[in-house]
Amino acid sequence: MIGTAPERVLLKGNEAIAEAAIQAGCDAYFGYPITPQAELLEWMARRMPEEGRAFVQAESEIGAISMALGAGATGARVMVSTSSPGFSLMAEGMSYMAGSQVPCVLVNVMRGGPGLGGIGPAQADYLQAVKGHGHGDYRVPVLAPASIAEAIALVPDAFEIAERYRTPVIILADGILGQAMEPVAPAYRTPPRHDKPWALGGADGRDPRVVRSLDLQPAALERHNEELQTKFREIAANEVRWAGERLDDADLVVVAYGIAARVARTAIARARDAGLRAGLFRPISLWPFPSGALAEAAASARAVVVVELSAGQLIEDVRLAVEGRVPTFGYGRTGGMVPSPSDVVDALRQAWARSSEVTR
Amino acid sequence: MTAVDAPEARVIFERPALLEERTTHYCPGCGHGVVHRLVAEVLEELGIGGRTIAVAAVGCAVFAYDYLHVDFVEAQHGRAPAVATGVRRVRPDAFVLTYQGDGDLAAIGTAEIVHAAARGERITTVFVNNGTYGMTGGQLAPTTLLGQRTTSTPLGRDARLNGYPLPITEMLALVPGTAYAARGSVATPALIGKTKVMLRRACEAQLEDRGFGIVEVLSNCPVGWGMTPVESIAQLEVVAATYPVGVLVDRTREG
Repeated sequence: MIGTAPERVLLKGNEAIAEAAIQAGCDAYFGYPITPQAELLEWMARRMPEEGRAFVQAESEIGAISMALGAGATGARVMVSTSSPGFSLMAEGMSYMAGSQVPCVLVNVMRGGPGLGGIGPAQADYLQAVKGHGHGDYRVPVLAPASIAEAIALVPDAFEIAERYRTPVIILADGILGQAMEPVAPAYRTPPRHDKPWALGGADGRDPRVVRSLDLQPAALERHNEELQTKFREIAANEVRWAGERLDDADLVVVAYGIAARVARTAIARARDAGLRAGLFRPISLWPFPSGALAEAAASARAVVVVELSAGQLIEDVRLAVEGRVPTFGYGRTGGMVPSPSDVVDALRQAWARSSEVTR
Repeated sequence: MTAVDAPEARVIFERPALLEERTTHYCPGCGHGVVHRLVAEVLEELGIGGRTIAVAAVGCAVFAYDYLHVDFVEAQHGRAPAVATGVRRVRPDAFVLTYQGDGDLAAIGTAEIVHAAARGERITTVFVNNGTYGMTGGQLAPTTLLGQRTTSTPLGRDARLNGYPLPITEMLALVPGTAYAARGSVATPALIGKTKVMLRRACEAQLEDRGFGIVEVLSNCPVGWGMTPVESIAQLEVVAATYPVGVLVDRTREG
């Protein structure tokens, strides 16, 4: 709102994301209880009816994503949220949405895996989210907030990207971002609505519209897939987001996203106090991955260190970006274990030592 | 010039406007064409074609959108009732229809159909039961009769190995959210007429805000059953011994 600075309040991540969606004009929310995102569903259960909007607790995550497909096909602004096992169940629906070009925002508050895993903070679903999620040959924009304030800002952006490109968009968070409370001055935003000449509403006075992904004619399906690929290239060109901190003189570029980046930030400050010039490269869009910017940031560094709450997933994209020009080391924790800043400082020291051997 | 007056020509049978003038992809003798026509007639007679949003389900009838002149969204296999729920909740003005086969509704989609009924979702489901997976080559469906040979029960359905035919519409009729549930058939013109009345009631259950409505239609699959179209129509009498035709529940008259 112009002229009035928002008041600082203490907000829980899950609830902040939910309220940001409501303020962004979300027309319908569908979900299924799963830790650590259940508060998001509960917030929606209370607030959506207050606003006269749609809320359904579905029979499963499969049901929830399917409801989102139906509501989204009518042009409604739609959100679903879940956590890792539920994210797997939503994969089929996401693929259909990508194929039939239905906008939707999907929040995955990740837990540790595989299988039922645990409910501690993890980034175990990076590759799943970034490399396609469901079957078929498609891409989905993935946004990764590193704070509750940033999550609030990314929610309307996600709706905007979803509708501009007619695509699902994933917000990838973790158990800390979902469960923790932070003082924030929530900058809510309602993206403008655009005409949706494809949306269903009944064929009264016009030709029927069909929202579909099936095409049994190989030539026609290839044409459709080419159109999708053109759109993905457009997204890749326009929607890259990242943030850099203390990179100008950095000998050591630390790459981390989400809550891992928060730990890395503290570790970088301590490393600098100890004379190690480190900087933070934080991807915000995990797809499209900020490869060009990272290659540039790493060009004058001695080493790159990837800090992630997974066993070596983000590092694959980092290596693709750096293309072997700079020694790249990984430090990953899993299962809900979050490294302390001193753990990360140790990892930076080791990487530094090993890079000296490499470059000698 | 003759002085005899010709009787005024009167149309007694025509293609419903909501049924596209197009040759279908269905096999010769398949019952889907009859059911498509019934759906088109009922939507037209109720005057709701222009506000209908239909959900196409995976199976032979996924291409229903090529033949019915209404808006369509294509669902994942089995998920049509959940997709329809999403449509319903954001478009209270729309008439929402799913058109599903027995593999879609009674196997992979049991959770979605049961919970749509449990919620009393204001949607109408046309459930075409031909006892097999027609599109993939005639495999065992949950609805396949005991002893019936399919490409995945080459010796016939054995209850010990393959379980029993699932009376899913009877099960759905138990749920208070189901306002109307009935089973029709395409076996004879008289049954087709009865089925049309059932479809109309199931649509009215939605229009009158009563709850979930479903009509199961026993239909033939000559190719999947390895029969001529005529034999397959005769077989529908055998099918009806396991799945009796009639209204299973009508809660629209209550309250």
